[in-house]
Amino acid sequence: MDSTIPLGVFTPGVLSNFATVLIFVLIGFIFAALALWVAKLLRPSNPSPAKMTTYECGELPRGSSWIRFNVRFYLIALFFIVFDVEVIFLYPWAVVFKQLFTHPQLGVLVFWEMIIFLTILTLGLAYIWVKGDLDWVKTLVDRPESEPVRGLTEAPEEEVPTP
Amino acid sequence: MEILTDLIRSWFGPDKMSDQAVFITVASTMATIMFIVMALCALIFTWAERKVAGFIQSRYGPMRTGRWHGWAQAVADMLKILGKEDIIPAEANRFFFSFAPILVLLGSLLAWAAIPWSPGFVSADLDLGLFYIFAVSSLVIVGLLMAGWSSNNKWALYGAARGAAQMISYEIPLALACIPVVMYTGSLNTTDIVIAQQGGMLNWFVFRNPFLFVAFIMYFIASIAETNRGPFDMPETESELVAGYHTEYTGMRFAFFFLSEYANLFLVSLIAAMVFLGGWWAPIPGLDFAPALTFIIKGVLMVLLNMWVRWTLPRVRVDQLMHLCWKVMIPISLICVVGAGIWMMLSGQAGA
Repeated sequence: MDSTIPLGVFTPGVLSNFATVLIFVLIGFIFAALALWVAKLLRPSNPSPAKMTTYECGELPRGSSWIRFNVRFYLIALFFIVFDVEVIFLYPWAVVFKQLFTHPQLGVLVFWEMIIFLTILTLGLAYIWVKGDLDWVKTLVDRPESEPVRGLTEAPEEEVPTP
Repeated sequence: MEILTDLIRSWFGPDKMSDQAVFITVASTMATIMFIVMALCALIFTWAERKVAGFIQSRYGPMRTGRWHGWAQAVADMLKILGKEDIIPAEANRFFFSFAPILVLLGSLLAWAAIPWSPGFVSADLDLGLFYIFAVSSLVIVGLLMAGWSSNNKWALYGAARGAAQMISYEIPLALACIPVVMYTGSLNTTDIVIAQQGGMLNWFVFRNPFLFVAFIMYFIASIAETNRGPFDMPETESELVAGYHTEYTGMRFAFFFLSEYANLFLVSLIAAMVFLGGWWAPIPGLDFAPALTFIIKGVLMVLLNMWVRWTLPRVRVDQLMHLCWKVMIPISLICVVGAGIWMMLSGQAGA
């Protein structure tokens, strides 16, 4: 960028680089609206009740699909938050890692601090791994073998009998 | 950007426009160019994908439209999609249903702002560049969930839930794989990352040390999963979920999802080229006469590699997908981060 636009510093009257991002948002909206408008001019529109029904392979839809869904998706979301925050903490460390090496002791210290941080999180990963929360198909440990539970596993890992 | 700034200044005459006006003009021009590039790559890559799929399966793919190898097939598809009726199911949530495709499109467009095409030619030279790209591409996940939920369709909901689970899971190895590179560069600025790889193929980050090579492979696998393409196309498995989250979409709104998918495909390939494969630097020093072209060629080669993988490997199961991400790729990526750090310390490359 040229000298009239300072990097990342907010000065009144001078636009920072994030202003470009804002302009990208606006232009994106404008183009999307334009495309939809052009399509609106060209396309036919004759809705009928049958056409407006929810697609369910040609059958009449049964019930709403706004239902409770499997808990495994929430678990994945929880793990994601933990590990994504880990990554967010790793990035600033990675940026300064090279600079801090000019100082011999401090560089090693910085490295070991991150090793400790990663070890704690890896222990967390090992914990959820051992607990079986990373398994997509959950095994039901509480129930005896003789009592099959239906409808709780989506994709059982059982072998397909060969014909 | 300086080229464009100078061009606009000389075009309208010096001192005619204030700095802000020039800045806004430059940014709008860049946004428009990026949008056109996005639309073009969707057109070209849909055609290329069919041809690649055809050749891999010993057939020709599209041959009729436009005479030469059916080059106009994608254009014809686009025109046809323009004339398709826009159906919003009566049961759907109208606002979110209409808004989701725009959000998905925006998520892909925004990430293009920080791509460095050639020295100094980057729309937004952000200090947070790489981080910004990962941050805004997450908008796609929000749009995808919005689309799936608002359709009020079981297939769409399953597709969106799976898609979100897959994309957020693979975002972690994707971001972790780029950390060794950031450690070497000491900056998140995309231009700085490319400049750090100057001087021939051996200075590209893939070949710097073995951990970076593994990190590149991790990045490549995660990027396939991020773009929801085969063998990880769980959100839209035709055989079980009809079309996944865009089951209910028609016409232009469907096209937005499609456009975003191919734009993201090119985007992750360009990021791979930028972060690991030396960006605009040619393999042999001294051949850097066409930086932008070199960069785009690298991106296109990565896209072709992506297509090759898609049409060669069978689709994995959902549980295998999650197993691969959480139990294989995340541990390996973490080892890469630590290993690259140790390598830097031992080889003394850090202080330089």
